[in-house]
Amino acid sequence: MATTTLSEYRVDPVSGLKINRTANTLVKWNAFAAVVFLLVGGLFGLGVALTRMPSVQLLPPEMFYMFLTAHGLINLAVWIIFFEMAVLYFLGAHVLGNRLATPRFAWAQFWLMLVGAAMVAVAVLGGNSSVMMTSYPPLEAAPHFYLGLILFAVGALIGCFVFLGTLVVAKKEKTYSGSLPLVVFGGVTACVIAIFTIVSGALILIPTFIWSLHIIDGFTINPMMYRVVWWAFGHSSQQINVVTHISIWYLIASLVFGAKPMSEKVSRFAFLLYILFLQLGSVHHLLSDPGLTSAWKIFNTSYMIYLAVLASMIHGLTVPGSIEVAQRKKGMDAGLFTWLRKAPWGNPVFSGMFLSLVGFGFIGGITGVVMSVEQINMIIHNTMYLPGHFHGTLVAGTTMAFMAVTYWLIPVVFQRKIALAGVAKLQPYVFSLGAWVFSISLMGAGTLGVQRRHADITFAGQPLAYEYPEIAKGLMDFGEIFAVIMSVGAIMFIIVVLASIFAGERIPEGSAPWPKVEDADVAFAKTGKKHIGIGGFEAPGTFVLALILFVTLVLYYFINFKYLSTVWGMS
Amino acid sequence: MGTSYTTPTNPDWWREPIERTEIIWIVLSFAWCLFMFGWMVSWHWIGNQNMRNEAYKTTPDAYSKKLADQLAKYSVRKDAATGEDVVAPPPGSDVYLAGMQWQWRPILEFQKGKTYRLHLSSLDVGHGFSLQPENINFQVYPGYEQVLNLTPNKSGTFSVVCGEYCGGVNAMGHHTMLGRIYVKE
Repeated sequence: MATTTLSEYRVDPVSGLKINRTANTLVKWNAFAAVVFLLVGGLFGLGVALTRMPSVQLLPPEMFYMFLTAHGLINLAVWIIFFEMAVLYFLGAHVLGNRLATPRFAWAQFWLMLVGAAMVAVAVLGGNSSVMMTSYPPLEAAPHFYLGLILFAVGALIGCFVFLGTLVVAKKEKTYSGSLPLVVFGGVTACVIAIFTIVSGALILIPTFIWSLHIIDGFTINPMMYRVVWWAFGHSSQQINVVTHISIWYLIASLVFGAKPMSEKVSRFAFLLYILFLQLGSVHHLLSDPGLTSAWKIFNTSYMIYLAVLASMIHGLTVPGSIEVAQRKKGMDAGLFTWLRKAPWGNPVFSGMFLSLVGFGFIGGITGVVMSVEQINMIIHNTMYLPGHFHGTLVAGTTMAFMAVTYWLIPVVFQRKIALAGVAKLQPYVFSLGAWVFSISLMGAGTLGVQRRHADITFAGQPLAYEYPEIAKGLMDFGEIFAVIMSVGAIMFIIVVLASIFAGERIPEGSAPWPKVEDADVAFAKTGKKHIGIGGFEAPGTFVLALILFVTLVLYYFINFKYLSTVWGMS
Repeated sequence: MGTSYTTPTNPDWWREPIERTEIIWIVLSFAWCLFMFGWMVSWHWIGNQNMRNEAYKTTPDAYSKKLADQLAKYSVRKDAATGEDVVAPPPGSDVYLAGMQWQWRPILEFQKGKTYRLHLSSLDVGHGFSLQPENINFQVYPGYEQVLNLTPNKSGTFSVVCGEYCGGVNAMGHHTMLGRIYVKE
């Protein structure tokens, strides 16, 4: 034993969080692994982008398909899920002033996920597993491709149960009283969805792994069944992201503005709707498949009358609404948008979070609702519109939110000052600009027919060659330029993170990692005022912004139906 | 007082009234959700572009036989670009199109304004039927035969490209998989 022993906990003087040292180490390692994988996956993505630019076409097709498989798996699964493990441990331990249940199992989570991810990487880079992240049979990958995915998933499943166990510990040891904080409630929602997701993945990947070994004669995987079950894993894994980044939005609103949820009841109800209905969205990928009825497709694709869409629309209003209410209580009560104009746009924690909110809502959200209509899907399915859409949700939304909260976590969890603060300040704008224009351009090209996962959209040398409209090729060139800008934004983030945690100025224990934030209600009590807002609306500016989203959604919905009505008749 | 990362300050939070901004937004959003659901269902009656969702189990061998029969019966001419047979089944009949690594065959000929029962299946791995420039897209598998009633409303030369990654090497692969449908006036 060393002569000085540290206590098991330290207290963050600004947020008041009681931080358990063991739990903190696990938050750090998971977050660090996530960022490393973001870098690796992002570099593969850059290769994909430079190939899909018709005027550059960097990689030959075989290499392109390998890069695309690697990019999809690493960025869609590995970066995101490692970061989510960090978030779950942060919510269960730090937010509740609690220790982590069974740290040994948490380490098992970390190492299993790491070994699994490495195994998949070896399989893909070996060149004989370029089956895309979806790996639809009868396309076949090397057995260790599936085994790696299974190990990764088992690791994540262990992490989910460590989180649930941590909640049990908190309850039993009374580290909090009353209801769970809203963000932890969001974490529970993500965890429930994650368990459903991972079990679905195991159900289909284990038989597929056995099939790839060719040890049982005549054992094959039905391609349709594979898709039905696989998407309960593939799509739901993206729902974990949505729930996690929405929890992060709520968290940042409180950390930066001293805001509280507009209504605990409404926000929690919206999370509950996610638990009940969000998973049905897996069918979005199966709308043009044979063997499923329209009734089944419509019920599921609409999340049973769009109740999960309703939940997202609620969060989309209540998060900025809570910021507006806090700002108005702090005296920025004039006009519609003073609260937003005077927000700390130079603080990447806030700017990243708000760009994530707007990007997710307008680009990922609206297009997601429209493209998942059973009939509209026919003119969108498997085109470039798809990558456009999910870079709107996953990059402009989830990844931007994760980056924003990382800027807050570095001083608090890693106890280091943000190095290269000037780069950090610009980063959310560069990254979002890239992600937004890239997503929109790809969706434009997809609307004009360009198919996804094509190494060459010119069909060079083919007697039956089809030529896409010039504007579609132009959109691909233009959009991929912004993919490069997005990559620059990602690299800026990674440089800031690495510079901060390895070379940033240490923050001594007990000193403030961030300036103190005044609670909005406390500030309001000092003003002696009774009401805020305009015309009985506490958040009129947010309401106007929400109406803009609403009108955009309605118009875009009907524009797509108008376009659909002009194509060949189908019945 | 209170934040999103601390326990609710009011233990009776479920009895707190909901603020006007939120309640109006929830009502408006829910109304739109109901509308979208109703519209998607209604389009099956009011719209001319709908999934038929008629499908059968088949095998690559059985499907190949249907293709061969069709070719023998309805081959009308050689295609100028490839020298292959162009198949023109009569309006209203069953038409068979197959995806295979890496082409869509046969080359088909339709008449504008007439309806055909188009069957889609694959002879090897999964493919995506993607009709360009109309941009109509369907998923195609081995072992499953999907049927849709197709009515071309324009004439000209249409291409079928592949919408689902189906493997391949540098010279041939998913990115070279093509087929063609001619539509006569």
